[in-house]
Amino acid sequence: MSYLEYNIKFVPTGPRKFLYLNWPLALLLAAVASVGFLMLYSVAGGDISRWAEPQMKRFGVGFILMIFVAMVPIYFWRNISAVAYGVSLMLLVAVELFGDVGMGAQRWINLGFMRLQPSELMKITLVMLLAAYYDWLPLKKISHPLWVAIPVALILVPTALVLRQPDLGTAILLLTGGGALMFMAGVHWAYFLAVISSGVGLLVAVFESRGTTWQLLNNYQYKRIDTFLDPAADPLNAGYHITQSKIALGSGGWTGRGFMQGTQSRLNFLPEKHTDFIFTTLSEEFGFVGAITLLTLYALIIMFCISSALSNSNRYGQLLTLGIAMAFFLFFSVNMAMVMGLIPVVGVPLPLISYGGSAMLVLMIAFGLVQSAHVHKPR
Amino acid sequence: MRKSASEKTQSQALVTRRSLLVGGLQVGLVGALGARMHFLQVQQSDQFRFLAEENRIKVSLLPPARGQIFDRTGRVLAENIQSYRITVTREDAGDIDETIAKLSQLVELDPALLADALEQMQKRRGDVPITVADKVSWEELSRVAANAPALPGVEPQVALSRHYTLGPDFTHVVGYVGPVSDYDLGRIEDPDPLLRLPRFQIGKTGLEARREANLRGKAGTQRVEVNASGREVRELDRVEGTKGSDVQLTIDHNLQNYVQARMGDDSAAAVVIDVQTGDLLAIGSAPAFDPNLFVNGISVADYKSLTEDDHRPLVAKSVQGTYPPGSTFKMVTALAALEAGIVTAEDTFRCVGHLDVSSQKFHCWKRGGHGNVNLIRSLRESCDVYYYELALQTGIENISAMARRLGLGERHDVPMSAVASGLAPTKDWKKRVKGEDWVLGDSVNASIGQGFVLASPLQLAVMTARIATGRAVEPRLIKTIDGEEQPTGAGEPLGLNENNLRQIRRGMFEVVNHSRGTARGSRSLSKETQIAGKTGTSQVISRRVKCAEVDWKQRDHALFVNFAPYDNPRIAVAVVVEHGCGGSTAAAPIARDITLQALYGDDPPLSEYPSGQRGRIRNQQKKLRALRPEPASKGSRA
Repeated sequence: MSYLEYNIKFVPTGPRKFLYLNWPLALLLAAVASVGFLMLYSVAGGDISRWAEPQMKRFGVGFILMIFVAMVPIYFWRNISAVAYGVSLMLLVAVELFGDVGMGAQRWINLGFMRLQPSELMKITLVMLLAAYYDWLPLKKISHPLWVAIPVALILVPTALVLRQPDLGTAILLLTGGGALMFMAGVHWAYFLAVISSGVGLLVAVFESRGTTWQLLNNYQYKRIDTFLDPAADPLNAGYHITQSKIALGSGGWTGRGFMQGTQSRLNFLPEKHTDFIFTTLSEEFGFVGAITLLTLYALIIMFCISSALSNSNRYGQLLTLGIAMAFFLFFSVNMAMVMGLIPVVGVPLPLISYGGSAMLVLMIAFGLVQSAHVHKPR
Repeated sequence: MRKSASEKTQSQALVTRRSLLVGGLQVGLVGALGARMHFLQVQQSDQFRFLAEENRIKVSLLPPARGQIFDRTGRVLAENIQSYRITVTREDAGDIDETIAKLSQLVELDPALLADALEQMQKRRGDVPITVADKVSWEELSRVAANAPALPGVEPQVALSRHYTLGPDFTHVVGYVGPVSDYDLGRIEDPDPLLRLPRFQIGKTGLEARREANLRGKAGTQRVEVNASGREVRELDRVEGTKGSDVQLTIDHNLQNYVQARMGDDSAAAVVIDVQTGDLLAIGSAPAFDPNLFVNGISVADYKSLTEDDHRPLVAKSVQGTYPPGSTFKMVTALAALEAGIVTAEDTFRCVGHLDVSSQKFHCWKRGGHGNVNLIRSLRESCDVYYYELALQTGIENISAMARRLGLGERHDVPMSAVASGLAPTKDWKKRVKGEDWVLGDSVNASIGQGFVLASPLQLAVMTARIATGRAVEPRLIKTIDGEEQPTGAGEPLGLNENNLRQIRRGMFEVVNHSRGTARGSRSLSKETQIAGKTGTSQVISRRVKCAEVDWKQRDHALFVNFAPYDNPRIAVAVVVEHGCGGSTAAAPIARDITLQALYGDDPPLSEYPSGQRGRIRNQQKKLRALRPEPASKGSRA
């Protein structure tokens, strides 16, 4: 880099930071969340107070939180990355020990005023720590086995804890999200090739172990895989979600059946219609056009993140932005693939749209970090 | 770590390359998702639209009829009756308050149930129908059905509900069912989807709970066409579930009724067992309560009166209650000594009213002493000192082993709730549990069924049956399941010396039939019904004043065990009257009456009773006859 380029760089300070926020990104987030309000209003059968209103409040709080996080210099976030990760890890252990049990899985810590899902927090703090790690690590060491082993351990420990809850969906997100960040940071591609091929081997083992004494997954998880492979086999119980969800989606057609006109949603054929399966209602009522619009909004969010990252010469901010974009991508693509019957039902909500407090807040904090990286990048 | 400018450039380039690669992958995946959407929503749209129309067909679970429970004569004890109720589904109802207001003009709504229902509606998922009116009449039900269009989300429901035909008589044996609670769901891994049906009933106590797997049955499914507002239009088809298995008990409902009625308001328990097959002919525990109260949820006041009663009606004392067996344990001590070859039936000990063991004085109940006592006399007059001497020579390990051989201190797994295992103490046990060494005084206490020894009425009945037959009789409560005969409990021979057993039985015979026997007042007169038994009075606390003068709670327990007829035993009976003071006065008369009732299958003739008692017995028979259940209208098994 030339002397000249160093010279022209500056970082905005004080109230001027506000102007340097990534406003298009913020606008996109608000647009997606608004789609969510509309859908929550619809699935509640035109009752705003049931899900839509609390969700709006949460988004409002989340938005303010995002701006607040964005105003804090990015180096502060880098410096507390390790602490944030440690705290989430401790919370995860705490759920293991005294968490509430909801829907058969142990996932929450009751804070009194809200129920916190430490696994949500972990998705972000893991990305923070990995970004900080690769910010610190010299490039020539990046593919050294020892320096690869450390982030692998940082990923695997929370993944194992989350799997024990058991929350397969989050475990997959942590694993893939963390792995993707390592890849983008520049770890040698041979590692990934090895992991992917052994992953395929493990998959074979999972199926081979079924019914034996060393069975690797819970019976209900196998059941979900069975359901995925052949939803028609058990349409009343396990396959119900998928079959009904596909019917709702498919019956939407080009333009959908109209707002609040979806019979699948109206007649309660859809399970979890305000959380994990909310996308089906959208697709039923607004059709292909509506679904593609949402997909485009999501894709735009990712694109704005990536373009902000590519123009950022602060390595921490760059990796953090890419990592969060990756996590966000995984969120919505896994959820959509799940309701469309492309992958088994793993219980991942649709980001910014599904009803749920801690997921929304954590996501907005994450975008706060993206904004902070954007505001404080050297220009 | 400081980085050089070149390294920085290098890493920037690497990240850019890699992230563009990942970005490209993401674009590809988004494209795939879009393609899938296009495939489902555009290409296959017609097919799915058709399915969505067809989806107006609602599939629901049909709860199976629960298996019925019969007594050994085929009389139904637990059946399913139709009950009508009205539910409201929050999501369909719209304005709940308005719906309730309309509904209350048609049906009388119970405020307590309504308040509970409104709370449930807040808590549960919106598509779950919640009961707002229960046990409504047919008229009310049809009124609601007629006004259905004006009442969205309101549905009249017909369901099967459990009914216990003989009420309190079988409450401790059969138990009762109740709605599935969150607690129940939490205990079961991977619960049957049936359990999530509103108001589905599962066994909570007794046989209903222990044989839930047999009784529940398998759910059927029903396909119903619904209109756009979700209301059922017509049924398309249904696959019936499988009804739960019918269970037939070994208990005779007439005898069971007699046992309960005879114990009356006493806090007591009685068990009648067939010594040849182990069949339990009656298992009574008094006082009892009406299990039907629990089926749809008991009122707070009713429940409170049950829990606060010091006679503990909720407890099945026959199998859950454990008591020091007192002198009824003497057969065990005696058999242990005889089998160990330590004494013979003719050997005598001198009873002077007490025995000093390690500088402690152990008294006989008869302070003046019995003089020279042999085995038969020791049983007949219940001399304590004789057994103190036996215990010192035989040792606790032999006595405990004999107790277990006779069925004490081990759990007999009859399908009732919380069956107690009692206690046949050993040196090891005391060391382990109390952390103290066994002392001679403990053996002395145990020899007369005091101290650490504990037994339930069921165990005492089994013990008596085993003495009467010399076989390891096991109690059997279920005769058939779906008509299939269950294995009996006749048992293998215990391998005890028949001569020794004969001496014990002779002693028990004299307890009742000898002029100096402790239970002479409770004999029967004819040769065919001769009773052989043993009284027991077990101390609750040590006291100096007469039993009747202390608080009820501190009085001695009264026990009696017997078998009959003496020369060809058919049944064994154990009776415990809590705080009844004397085995011979409180327990033996009840046991005798139950024995005669069981042998005759009806009220015995008055000629069985000593002449001085006949007037009182006549009145008692008349009184108890009035409490008998109506003869069943349909006598045969379904």
